[in-house]
Amino acid sequence: MKKLGKIYLLLVLAFLYVPIFVLIVFSFNETKSRSVFSGFTLDWYVRLFHNRIIISSLVNTIIIAVAASIVSTVLGTFAAIGINSMRKLPKSVIMNITNIPIIDPEIVTGVSLMLLFVFFAARMNLEFGFVTLLIAHITFDVPYVILNVMPKFNQMDPHIYEAAQDLGCSPLKAFRKVVLPEIMPGVVSGFLMSFTYSLDDFVVSYFTTGSTSQTLPITIYSMTRRKVSPEINALSTIIFVVVVIVLIVKHTIENRAARKNAA
Amino acid sequence: MENIVSLKNIVVEFEDSERILKDISLDIKDKEFVTFLGPSGCGKTTTLRIIAGFLEPTSGDVFFEGKRINGVPPHKRNVNTVFQRYALFPHLNVYENIAFGLRVNNVPEKEIVSRVGEMLEMVNLMGFEKRSVNRLSGGQQQRVAIARALVNRPKVLLLDEPLGALDLKLRKEMQIELRRIQQELELTFVYVTHDQEEALTMSDSIVVMNNGNIQQIGSPTDIYNEPVNAFVADFIGESNIVNGCMPQDCVVEFTGRRFECVDKGFSPDETVDVVIRPEDVKVIPADKAKLTGIVESVVFKGVHYEMIVDGVDHKWVIHSTKAEPVGSMIGMTFDPFDIHIMKKTEEA
Amino acid sequence: MKLKYFSAPYLVWMVVFIVVPLLMIAYFAFTTDDGGLTIKHISDVGQYANIFVRSIWLSLVATAICLVVAYPVSFILSRMEKHKQGTMLMIVMLPMWMNFLLRTYAWMTILGNNGILNHLFGLVGLGPYKLINTSGAVVLGMVYNYLPFMILPLYSVMEKIDKSLFEAASDLGCSSGQILFRVVIPLSMPGITSGVTMVFVPAISTFIISRMLGGGSNLLIGDLIEMQFLGNAYDPHLGAAISLVLMVIILVIMTVMNQFDPDDQVLM
Repeated sequence: MKKLGKIYLLLVLAFLYVPIFVLIVFSFNETKSRSVFSGFTLDWYVRLFHNRIIISSLVNTIIIAVAASIVSTVLGTFAAIGINSMRKLPKSVIMNITNIPIIDPEIVTGVSLMLLFVFFAARMNLEFGFVTLLIAHITFDVPYVILNVMPKFNQMDPHIYEAAQDLGCSPLKAFRKVVLPEIMPGVVSGFLMSFTYSLDDFVVSYFTTGSTSQTLPITIYSMTRRKVSPEINALSTIIFVVVVIVLIVKHTIENRAARKNAA
Repeated sequence: MENIVSLKNIVVEFEDSERILKDISLDIKDKEFVTFLGPSGCGKTTTLRIIAGFLEPTSGDVFFEGKRINGVPPHKRNVNTVFQRYALFPHLNVYENIAFGLRVNNVPEKEIVSRVGEMLEMVNLMGFEKRSVNRLSGGQQQRVAIARALVNRPKVLLLDEPLGALDLKLRKEMQIELRRIQQELELTFVYVTHDQEEALTMSDSIVVMNNGNIQQIGSPTDIYNEPVNAFVADFIGESNIVNGCMPQDCVVEFTGRRFECVDKGFSPDETVDVVIRPEDVKVIPADKAKLTGIVESVVFKGVHYEMIVDGVDHKWVIHSTKAEPVGSMIGMTFDPFDIHIMKKTEEA
Repeated sequence: MKLKYFSAPYLVWMVVFIVVPLLMIAYFAFTTDDGGLTIKHISDVGQYANIFVRSIWLSLVATAICLVVAYPVSFILSRMEKHKQGTMLMIVMLPMWMNFLLRTYAWMTILGNNGILNHLFGLVGLGPYKLINTSGAVVLGMVYNYLPFMILPLYSVMEKIDKSLFEAASDLGCSSGQILFRVVIPLSMPGITSGVTMVFVPAISTFIISRMLGGGSNLLIGDLIEMQFLGNAYDPHLGAAISLVLMVIILVIMTVMNQFDPDDQVLM
C-alpha cells in the first residue's frame, strides 16, 4: 500500500515536471527542432540576452511589481487596521467586495478595468500604459495584503493594545509598539504574495496595458504566437532556476524558524 | 481613610441602547482591597474599564482623588490594569514586558534596571528575564502581568478576573500572594471576579452586582451573614430560598406553615423571599416537626454532609455533620434569627 | 482618533476600481452605444450557447480529473512524516511558480504535429496522431495548470485530520474503504469545495489554454470575451453581456458547491 502510494506520487510528479524538463533540454538544442535533439549549444541564451524587447519587458515587470506591491502593502495594511475595528455589518460588506478580485475570473477583472480606463481615456488625458497597468496590479494585489493581515488581528490578543495604553502609551504609540510587531508577519507575507502575483500576471495586464509598457508575460505571449522560438526555452530554464533557488532559500529560512520555535 | 476612586450615577448604554450599567454610584477607599462580584454580564468588567479609561460612561462622573477624570485617556491615568488572560506582549521577553511602561515614560535606564529587578524579586521570577513570555506557564505569565502593572507604581491596581485561567491549587496560592502584595505595597486593589469564594477570602469590601445594578456593598462577613436580597443570598454561598408572606410582624408563612422570625416592618400579607442557609436547617425527628421531607441524596463534603431533602414544595439543601439514610423521612426546624426575610426584588 | 478611518483610502480605491468597473460591465451589457436601455446583447449571448456548453463541459471534466488525481496526492502528502511534508509540498507546488504561459507552451512542444510525442510514436512506426488543437489537449492543459490549485486546499484540510480518527474508525469496525467514505471524505469536504472552485473558475474563463492548445476550433467563453474587447469582433457591449453571464454561471455553481460545505467557508 505504501509502495503503491510512492509510485503514484512519482507518476504525478513526472506529469508535473516532464514538460518543464523538455523545455530545459531543448533550450540547449542546436537546431530549431522541437522533437529531435541534434547537438549542444548556448546560442539561445546569448540571443535571449541580446533581445531588447525581452530585457526591457523584464525591467518593466520588475518596476511594476515593486511599485504595485509597495503601494498595495501600505494601502492594504491601513485598510486591514480600519476594517478590523469596524462593526460586523460594514466589515462583512467590505470583506465581500474585497474578495471579488480574488474570486472573480481574472478576465472579468481585466475587462472591467479596461472599460473603466477606456471611459477615463476618452475624457481625461489618460493613456493605456504604465499608469493603467500599475492601477490594475494594485487593484488585484491589495485584497491579498488584506487577507494576509486580517487573520493576524484575530490571532492577536485584543487586550495588548489596551494594555500598552494602560502602561502609558498614547493610542498611536501603542499601535506602533505592540500592534505593528504582531501583524508584521502578515504584512510581509502580503507583500511577497502581491509581488509574486504582479510578476506573474498575464490576463489582467493583457487587457490594461498599452503599447508602451510591455511586461514579461505579455512578451512571452507574443513569442508563443510565433511558430518556433527557442529563446522561450532558454527563458524558461532561467526562470525555473531562479524559482528553484528562491524556493529553496525560502524553505530553509522557514525550516530554521520552525526549528527555533520548537527549541 | 479617604476615597481614591468615586463613581457618581454612572450609566452605560451601548449603541443598540442596551443598558450595561444602570446608574451606579460607588466610593472606593484608599489602600482598600475591593472586589466587584457578580455573574457574567452583570457589568463588573464594564465598571472596571470605566475606571481604567477604556470606556466612557454614557452619563455620570468618575473621580480620582477628588478630581473629575471623565475624558482623560487611559495612558494619562494613574491606574494600571492586570488583564484577563494577561495581554502580555508576545514579541517582548519577560524583562521587556515589565520594563514597557517605564520605557514609554522615558525613565532613565539605571532606574529601569533596579525597578524591574525589584518587581522580578517580588513576583519570584528572578532568572526568567530573557525568557519569551510565550514559554511561561499560566502562573508565571500571571506574575509577569502583575509585575508589569505594578512597576509603574500606580495608586490603584485594577485586576480583571486575573486568576480565571489558573487551576485550583495555583489559584489559591495566587490569592494569598496577591493579598500579600497589596498589603506590602499599601495599594488600592480593585478586583473583578465571579468566584464568590475568592471574593470572600481576599477582600476588605465586596460590591455585589447583577444586571447592571449594585445589589449590596459591604465587608465579606456582612454580605455573607446579612444579604440584603435573595440574589445576594443565593450568589454568596448556598441558600434555600422559598416564597413566603408576612401575615404579621415576627411571623412568616412559607410552604404552608407558619414560623417565628425576628423581622418586622412589612405590610400585612406582603409576599417576601425567605432565605435559610443550609447549615441553619436543623434536623429533628419527623414526628416532632412542622416541616418534613424525604432524604433524596447524601454527599460527603469533607467537613459536613450535604443532603437534598424533598419537602413537597421545595427541595431543601441541608449541611449537617450527621448523615440521615436516603429515603428516610426527617423533620426540619429553624431558629427564628436564622430565618432571613427579604423584600422581593424587581428582577426576581 | 478612530481606527476605522484608516481604511478610508482603500475604501475609495475599492469603490473606484472594484465596484465601479463591475457596474460598468452591467451598464455596458444593458445599453446601446447611444445610451439606450436594451436586452439585445444579453439575448445575443444565446447565439453562442454552443461555446458556453463546451466551456462548461471541458472545465467540469478538467475539474473532475483534477479532483481524482489530486485527492490521493494530498492524502499521501498529509500522512507523511511532518518534516518531510513541507519539502514534498514545495516540490509539488514548484511548477506552479513558473509562468503559466511557459507551462502551456511546454505542452505545445510536446503535443505538436512535429512534437516530441509524435516523434516518439514515429520511431515505433505509429502515427502521427493529431494531438494538439483538440479538446483533449485543452483539458490536459487545464489539468496541468490547475492541478496544484486542487492539491493545496485538499492537503491543508487533510493535514489537520487527526490520525487517531482513523484508528477510532477502524476500532469501531470500518474497513479502509469505509474509513475513506465515512471519515476522510466528509472531513475533507471544505477542501474539496474550495479546490473545485479554485480549478473551475480559472478553467471556465481561460482564453490562453484554448488558444495555445485548442487551435481555432475549440473556442471557450474566455476567447469570446477577449475577441469582443481586443479582437477583430470589437463589441464591448456584447463582451460585457458575456462577462455578466459568465459571472452568473460561476455564482450559481459556487452556490451549489457551498451547499456541500458544512462550515460555509471558502478556504483560500
